[in-house]
Amino acid sequence: MSIQADKPAKKIKVAKPSKEPSAGVKKMKDAFSSPWASFAAIVIAIFWTIPTFGLLVSSFRPELDINNSGWWTFFLSPNVTLENYESALFQGTAVTPPLSQYFFNSFAITLPAAIFPLTLAVFAAYALAWFDFKGKNFIFFGIFALQVIPLQMSLVPLLQLFAKGLVFGDSVLIPPLGITGTYIPIWIAHTIFALPLAIFLMHNFLRQIPRELIEAARVDGAGWFSLFRQVVFPLSIPAIASFAIFQFLWVWNDLLVGLTFGGGVKDIAPLTVRLAEMVGTRGSNWEVLTAGAFISMIVPLIVFFALQRYFVRGLLAGSVKG
Amino acid sequence: MHVIDLVARKTTWEIIAPNLITLISGLVAFAALVVLIFLLAERTSVKAQEWVKYLVFLVPALALLIIGLIYPAARTILLSFMNANSEEFVGVENYIWAFTRPEILQVLLNTAIWVFVVPTVSTFIGLVIAYLTDRMKSAAVVKSLIFMPMAISMVGASIIWKFVYDYEPSAKKVDIGLLSAISKGLGMEPPNWLLENPLNTFLLIAVMIWIQTGFAMVVLSAAMKNIPDEVVEASMLDGASQLKRFIQITIPMIRASIVVVLTTITIGTLKVFDIVRTMTGGNFQTNVIANEMYTQTFRSLNYGTGSALAVILFLGVVPIILYNIKQLRLERTER
Repeated sequence: MSIQADKPAKKIKVAKPSKEPSAGVKKMKDAFSSPWASFAAIVIAIFWTIPTFGLLVSSFRPELDINNSGWWTFFLSPNVTLENYESALFQGTAVTPPLSQYFFNSFAITLPAAIFPLTLAVFAAYALAWFDFKGKNFIFFGIFALQVIPLQMSLVPLLQLFAKGLVFGDSVLIPPLGITGTYIPIWIAHTIFALPLAIFLMHNFLRQIPRELIEAARVDGAGWFSLFRQVVFPLSIPAIASFAIFQFLWVWNDLLVGLTFGGGVKDIAPLTVRLAEMVGTRGSNWEVLTAGAFISMIVPLIVFFALQRYFVRGLLAGSVKG
Repeated sequence: MHVIDLVARKTTWEIIAPNLITLISGLVAFAALVVLIFLLAERTSVKAQEWVKYLVFLVPALALLIIGLIYPAARTILLSFMNANSEEFVGVENYIWAFTRPEILQVLLNTAIWVFVVPTVSTFIGLVIAYLTDRMKSAAVVKSLIFMPMAISMVGASIIWKFVYDYEPSAKKVDIGLLSAISKGLGMEPPNWLLENPLNTFLLIAVMIWIQTGFAMVVLSAAMKNIPDEVVEASMLDGASQLKRFIQITIPMIRASIVVVLTTITIGTLKVFDIVRTMTGGNFQTNVIANEMYTQTFRSLNYGTGSALAVILFLGVVPIILYNIKQLRLERTER
């Protein structure tokens, strides 16, 4: 889906100089910027934030208050407690483990699931951008086209592959790996699903490295591997960082991959899976749900507000991922 | 019973510890492998490097894509022509099932409503906000707030909105759902929001719009910033009104970006799963393709019908991508 991916990204770059218009235009622009427009924008922004704000306020209210009065009455009689967070995070049984365990799982799933595909994508992008070989364009467009395949298309066969291996006729191509019930299938699944977009974006970035730089290093006798290690990799770190944030948020917020490739094993399930389950089984247990929702949101929100600039850049470059 | 429970119960740490070992060994093994391969590969002769480089850089990603994406997609197509446990071919039976069973037709209809409403409404609101904030001084705060839903999970968003849609059946108790309270304040009797069809589908759609509008706003806002100042200046000198300028200058200038936003959101909407699953579980006639695909495959354990639904989803995505490519080509020839 990122056919025009590099377009908005370029636009952002050119947008900078045009942000500082000539004095005349600036004056005119100010004259035309209406306070009504700003007012309308602020009203929409408040409207957009109220649902989240309501849940946030509720998560700090005692159980009795949450269930017997609307969150907006909080301001009439403020009654703050951290009990919901405490019980959501640390209290649990063998059947319903505390969220701290799932919080750890979310991290344990997300870190490798961001590092693995990025590494492999930079490698492949380097090959596609700077090696000369037949069929290079074919492979590149092939990978690009793979973004068309929705996750749902590869779900069942990939799961069977993890469980039973890959057998064609009598020959065993891949033996059963015995990794179901661990993080490993989730890591691999996320890695595979991230690759097409990651390779495409990294390729676009690595191709912008000046040819002279690569050729100079080659003339100096650098092999393909030291060239990558000493020149290409250091130069691609900003692009890697941008996509890493994107991938981190995507994996952290994912439900479908965690649900299916986790195989329903509680010990390795991420927060999203547990929360979705909690909504289903204890639909009106708002004191735990409100706190739980914010426990799951705190990491992406920190990443989002701290690194918004890079996140936006990644988003504009990639539009969306499959 | 009590004894078993005590035995089976592990402390959180006892569960986390082995997982932590898996995590660390996974990361260390990966890093060690990469370093080792580089150490070995750098020592090979110049001549050998000419083929070793493909082996190291290109083959791992390609192998993963072939095994994990191309082969499974082909197999899913195959499975869609087979019966529930993939033992015999049944022709197009699964597709006939999908297009004749009333409950699946409802699923397809709902998906069509989602795909029509979500992209148009979120793009429209995103466009309006982008325009309103284009020359605003403290636009960053406003934009951050509208963009924020994009950062949280759809499961989290569903909980947020489930709270808004909460319905209190007992007349004696106070409403804790915002929507119920507002409608009572306006003198209306609130319906049981998420149970009432077709209202419930639109309430779920509102959640997706709430998430996607920020995306539309960010992309369109970037595009608007890119409109040359001379164009804006000229239209201002012509004395064009705000609205006229918006319709005659802004929209045509950012048409390409609008198409990107519309198609991107359409594809995301086609695959919507988390919201429906979390908020209604697909009950009360709110089901969509991606959720029904999950139900067929993992609840009913029918790989035939599940795969057929996945293929239908895939076929829904293809024309959008083709349209996108056509647009891109058109744009290139115009230049």
